[in-house]
Amino acid sequence: MRHAWILGAAAAAFALAACGERPQVVQYKQGTYQGKPDQKPYAGAPFDGNHQQWENAMRQRNQTQNEYKRIGS
Amino acid sequence: MARMKFLCDAERCIECNGCVTACKQEHEIPWGVNRRRVVTVNDGVPGERSISVACMHCSDAPCMAVCPVDCFYKTEEGVVLHDKDLCIGCGYCFYACPFGAPQFPQTGAFGVRGKMDKCTFCAGGPEANSSEEEFRKYGRNRLAEGKLPACAEMCATKALLGGDGDVLADIYRQRVTVRGRGGDVWGWATAYGQPGQAPGQAPGQAPAKGGKS
Repeated sequence: MRHAWILGAAAAAFALAACGERPQVVQYKQGTYQGKPDQKPYAGAPFDGNHQQWENAMRQRNQTQNEYKRIGS
Repeated sequence: MARMKFLCDAERCIECNGCVTACKQEHEIPWGVNRRRVVTVNDGVPGERSISVACMHCSDAPCMAVCPVDCFYKTEEGVVLHDKDLCIGCGYCFYACPFGAPQFPQTGAFGVRGKMDKCTFCAGGPEANSSEEEFRKYGRNRLAEGKLPACAEMCATKALLGGDGDVLADIYRQRVTVRGRGGDVWGWATAYGQPGQAPGQAPGQAPAKGGKS
């Protein structure tokens, strides 16, 4: 019984030993981005990952800056 | 898609600062931080020109090169962004940037310099698209909504264009063709005058001989 208790405590201590350990510093690599990854602009709604649809929307939006096309020349 | 770029047509800019206001309003930028500003060359002299300046999202960005913690990254659309959680506010990027784009909010009684803030091309930053966290740190993510930067879309005279560089070049080329001038507005002579030109003299009044453009 006593041995089982000691074994259990040792196993628990071993299992929980690394739970609180998180990397405290970034792994520094010269000249490479060290921050968090970013989402693509078309990742979420309303494009839901459709890159082509997003590009078409941007192209259409771009042309609103061209008044020769917007109101006719 | 090609790279996202800004292009300011100096023939059209009327120095209204609408782009500056649109940017500040869209992203709720704090007092003292100007992601965009209007610069006037030869102010008060006939022939003066104004341009709207912000981060130009350089192809080979010097801010990225000098950052000691490498917090800058470039999206596949060519937009230069940074991670504010990593930025240490050292100011190296400000010294490296030829456009003075990086801004540092001053906080506290002694004006402690905060983390760098700059134009994001309305593309947010490394947080979930259109999240509260992204808005608080980087401002609105208009690209994720299928929109272009607020400054360019708000420009009344359409002097400031923003978007796909190839498309902008086409728009600008068409403008120059229609109005028959203005393609040479940009260059050395406009910014710095020409050889032999007296200080304050309008570029148009100077002898064009030997001048760079």
